[in-house]
Amino acid sequence: MNAPAPIPVVEMRGLSTLIGDHFVHRNLDFRVEPGQIVGLVGGSGSGKTTLLRQIIGLLHPAAGSVSLFGRDLATAAAREQRAMLRRLGMLFQGGALFSALPVFDNIAFPLRELHCLDEDWIRRLVYLKLAMVELKPEHGKLMPAELSGGMVKRVALARALALEPELLLLDEPTAGLDPDRSRTFAELIRELKGELGLTVIMVTHDLDTLARLATHVAVLAEQRIVEFGPQEKIMAGDHPLVAAFRGGK
Amino acid sequence: MNPLPRLQVESGKVVLAGEWTLAALIPVLPELESGLDIAGLAEHSWDLTGVTRMDSAAAVLLWRAWKERWPGKLEISAVHRRVLERVVVSPLAASADVASSTNLVERIGYLVLLLISNFKGLVVIYGQMLLDLAYLARHPSEMPWREIAANIYKAGAMALPVTALVGFLIGVTISYLSALQLRSFGADVFIVNILGVSIIRELGPVLVAVLVAGRSGSSMTAQIGVMRVTEEIDALSAMGVSRSVRVVLPKLLALTVTMPLLVLWASAMALLGGMASALLQLGIPFAYFIENLQRAVPVANLVIGLGKGLVFGFTIAWVACHFGLRVKPNTESLSANTTTSVVTSITLVILIDAVFAIFTRSIGIPQL
Repeated sequence: MNAPAPIPVVEMRGLSTLIGDHFVHRNLDFRVEPGQIVGLVGGSGSGKTTLLRQIIGLLHPAAGSVSLFGRDLATAAAREQRAMLRRLGMLFQGGALFSALPVFDNIAFPLRELHCLDEDWIRRLVYLKLAMVELKPEHGKLMPAELSGGMVKRVALARALALEPELLLLDEPTAGLDPDRSRTFAELIRELKGELGLTVIMVTHDLDTLARLATHVAVLAEQRIVEFGPQEKIMAGDHPLVAAFRGGK
Repeated sequence: MNPLPRLQVESGKVVLAGEWTLAALIPVLPELESGLDIAGLAEHSWDLTGVTRMDSAAAVLLWRAWKERWPGKLEISAVHRRVLERVVVSPLAASADVASSTNLVERIGYLVLLLISNFKGLVVIYGQMLLDLAYLARHPSEMPWREIAANIYKAGAMALPVTALVGFLIGVTISYLSALQLRSFGADVFIVNILGVSIIRELGPVLVAVLVAGRSGSSMTAQIGVMRVTEEIDALSAMGVSRSVRVVLPKLLALTVTMPLLVLWASAMALLGGMASALLQLGIPFAYFIENLQRAVPVANLVIGLGKGLVFGFTIAWVACHFGLRVKPNTESLSANTTTSVVTSITLVILIDAVFAIFTRSIGIPQL
């Protein structure tokens, strides 16, 4: 594996994030290679979600750079930005479903935005995604407000998967899911990785999912990534945060 | 970078190769679809071993090209077969659209029921307000003074500049237009009567009501609506805090108190504008105008104007709270209810104004 190094999917160099007058990240370095499933762990309020928002360009770095698929999203032209964002899927912590649209249209929305798929194709894809997250076709008619917390998560995952992304960003994907569903979720992600070589960055507090799914673990503390490496190594390590995490089992 | 998806037909065998993913498909979709249409017609054998990646969008495309049957002969890797199998077992729900009724009778019935339910909601808010007031009379310490003060500040003090500006400009305009007419009859001095009665009795209250409905009514509906969307109302109930005492009542009381004051303020500004215009247009001095105003406009007009302000203020807050509480937890419902709230309160204000006009027709009109 020393021939031409693959382009990292996400690379952050010397990143600082400033919210108000408070540094969330300072001089942070982070690099995710294709095919990795990275579990991002850290204490509450340590800036994990903020880091995901930096990746998709919702926030601008106060210093340093963020590159996505080898390009800086901030300097890319609008057309190129759209093309880059279509290659990733984001699952927001609260689901961020469009509350005025039923489940079906929520998942169909990104597909329709492509303006080149016909309705039958979209319909089949939506029901396929619903089945992938273990929802029934009749759930497609429900409004987001009528869903339980776990169902919101699964619909949001289906929407994130709609465009067959190369990079999947998951913010607390298993919070609100029962253990069985968490397990099938981990299997689904692993299967997709096998089929498509998916890269995943997930924020999680769920130790089981982390152990079952993550190939790598990144520990976010003191405004930077303090540890990053293969899952087994980090989880066996002695960083206080990891130890506390492990102790909670 | 990515090898494009390719399709070749060689001696009765369809060979697919390259990257069969949604992102790679899109640029070459028209050619591929026509190629698949032709290939799908004949009973070819298919060779998919050259495919590097295949996602479910591509699998759906293939399955449709195969007319939802497995082709006779298929060479495919196990991983990609799994992707296809997932498409095959995926249920296709019949698209049972909810038929929205176009029947006229049903529609009218629906509208009548909607009207009744809105009326019921308004009555419930009114009744709850009376119960709350009775409760607060016995427990004065629980009076939500802070919320009332905050609402008075937002709906009243913050509205002073805009009501002053609009009032002044309307006063100038009416005075100017009336002056043109009056001068041709040589009835210059009657400008005082016209301005005095029309502004104090009619224009001031209605003008302020329309402004406040757009300004405070909409914000009240939106605020309560968002509290519904974000479950804040439920959180209040969970803490044992009455939503009617803490959220609805302060708005009702604050706007009822504030509106007459705003009417007074806006009417004064409108008269000031009218006076300025009368001075420039007809040469009527301020002192003469004010002196005549007392004679031309009986004080009953002021009472009627302020009374209207009181009723309008209550109506606007009442309607705003009602529609705010009707918001369902989605953005579409929020915007629809905010619109309905403003439209309904302005309509009601004008209706009530007409009723006022009928019942006060013999009061406060100077007999010449």
